[in-house]
Amino acid sequence: MRRATENEQADDAAAAGGGTAVRGHTVSGALRSCGAALRRRFRAGDLGSLPIVLVLATVWIVFQCLNGNFLSPRNLSNISVDIVGTGLIAVGIVFVLLLGELDLSVGSISGLAAAVFAVLNVNNGVPEWLALILAVLTGTAAGAVQGYSCARTRVPAFVLTLAGLLTWNGVMLAVLGTNGTVNLDEHGLVADLTDYYFTNDAVAYCLAAVCAGAVFTFSYLDRRRRTAAGMPHRTLRHIALRTGAIAVVAFVSAYLLNRFQGLPLALLIFLAVVAGLDVLLRHTHYGRQVYALGGGVEAARRASLNVIGIRTAVLAVSGTMAAIGGLFLASRITSVSQTSGSGVLLLNAIAAAVIGGTSLFGGRGTTWSAVLGMLVIQSISSGMAITDTPSAAQLVITGGVLFAAVVIDALSRRSQEARGRA
Amino acid sequence: MPAPPLLALRGVCKRFGAVEVLKDVDLEIHAGQVVALLGDNGAGKSTLVKVISGVAPADKGVIEWEGRAVHIRRPHDARDLGIATVHQDLALCLNLDVVGNLFLGREIRRFGFLDEMAMESRTIELLGRLTRAVPELRAPVVSLSTGQRQTVAIARSLLGDPRVLLLDEPTAALGFEQTTEILDLVDALRDRGMGVLLISHNLGDVKALADRAAVLRLGRNNGFFNVNTVSQEQIIASVTGATDNVPRRGTSYEARW
Repeated sequence: MRRATENEQADDAAAAGGGTAVRGHTVSGALRSCGAALRRRFRAGDLGSLPIVLVLATVWIVFQCLNGNFLSPRNLSNISVDIVGTGLIAVGIVFVLLLGELDLSVGSISGLAAAVFAVLNVNNGVPEWLALILAVLTGTAAGAVQGYSCARTRVPAFVLTLAGLLTWNGVMLAVLGTNGTVNLDEHGLVADLTDYYFTNDAVAYCLAAVCAGAVFTFSYLDRRRRTAAGMPHRTLRHIALRTGAIAVVAFVSAYLLNRFQGLPLALLIFLAVVAGLDVLLRHTHYGRQVYALGGGVEAARRASLNVIGIRTAVLAVSGTMAAIGGLFLASRITSVSQTSGSGVLLLNAIAAAVIGGTSLFGGRGTTWSAVLGMLVIQSISSGMAITDTPSAAQLVITGGVLFAAVVIDALSRRSQEARGRA
Repeated sequence: MPAPPLLALRGVCKRFGAVEVLKDVDLEIHAGQVVALLGDNGAGKSTLVKVISGVAPADKGVIEWEGRAVHIRRPHDARDLGIATVHQDLALCLNLDVVGNLFLGREIRRFGFLDEMAMESRTIELLGRLTRAVPELRAPVVSLSTGQRQTVAIARSLLGDPRVLLLDEPTAALGFEQTTEILDLVDALRDRGMGVLLISHNLGDVKALADRAAVLRLGRNNGFFNVNTVSQEQIIASVTGATDNVPRRGTSYEARW
């Protein structure tokens, strides 16, 4: 029940595999148990990431029908790099949303971090690695300041970060100075962030194998401990099915990416960050506190959680992720200008987190929703570009998806509460 | 000289702004006894619970733990002493599951990560002792019924093996069967030597369960009763203030207990 996203993937692949009926009755037995678990969750009003996976499939099928190049390795590889910058910012937004708050300053912070890096490295000759660290720390500090004042004054974060949006944008313009645009070193570290591909096919396949292996090992060890203690545990079939599903997704992705230029470094970093933060949120003391605070401030306070500390830390994480995302965005165009971090960036990051299934009401969601949400948004925008659709339609469609996501979120919340009253 | 009470309050005052909610309140809880705290709405019962549990620390007065003066400034302090509280609003995180709520703020860790298995097995053991109908452990608490939530809240309070348990209207929202279950549970806890402070509006429950009753009226002590010898009418009179013959915080009230 806890590993929602992986379960979902397992169940999706299970549904696909069941149609072809390759492996006989063991598979169908596992399918039945998965199906029962899913039905129980649906009745509880928890749709997980099923709606978003369906939306993504629809978007891909529609655009593939309109233009046969949409699902080509080249286009998919480009999408996978394009989602990284905004996606990293969206991961930070997920943290803030889990508290039931909103951070409007991430766009400005991402621009500020990029500007700090550019000015330090290009204009002042600071080594790239040092400039990179300082830029990220700038984001962390900006977020922490906002978080601390927000927790102290108990002003809703969206108001305080609105002030931050203006302030950091002003600071960024001041940092950039009069000349406006700074071009980054085309062959530098930051440029490589989105321009480096592991051209050796083995890298992608090995990583896919490691992922599947890790999932299997951890599930298996957990099962063994639980069996030894006489506790309820997953069946071996369930574990095998789950591992199989993840392996299929991983190896198909690896195959497609290798057909173009290989595994992009940016995608690898993105997925590693998302997986790492997912473990942090769902399997550590710190993460449990974040969820608890999102579920009820008063309950958290009575359990003597450090409310101010958690708020500060969460907005610091959001600021850090915004800075890292900003560097990836700068890397994509190898330049920083006065418009860096402005425009629809902030809105896209928030939309990605919400479309991916993180609740606006706090306490529900995982970092993987940033990946799924960004995939949908970027697929729509890429598909529109490929099919020459005017950008007006692109905005309307993205807006429609966001609207649907918010409605689903509200409905599932209401159905959960209704069940509680019964 | 008898053993000092587990928990004693002497002259506790608490004000919220201009409102003096508690004024010179005394209270004693002994091991193996259930003390009922009675009073009309707004008498300061819940505030008293918040004072003892560290949610809203006292402005003035002394709190003694086994005869020793202690300071309770945060929920943490009360928990460390061995005071557990079930608040009237239960204070559960609705989005977390049963296990998550039980161990909130004191998770069992293994190699730095949450040890879900150890927490789940302790939860099963604890809930199995408390109730016949164990709720689904991995469902978010928002999907549980009121009675199940109450059970979860009580289980959480018992997790650290406390010696004093504060129950703020535990049966107010429950049906007959669940009420009986909770009252049986309180009875069992008393037999194990725990001191219980029970806030209730239901005099039937109080008569059936409590050893002593302390009455609050308008933020002051308004009488201490031995529940077994005093009539229900006398207690009601004290709660409503329709009486003159009940001592107002007499200095020798213990003699009358």
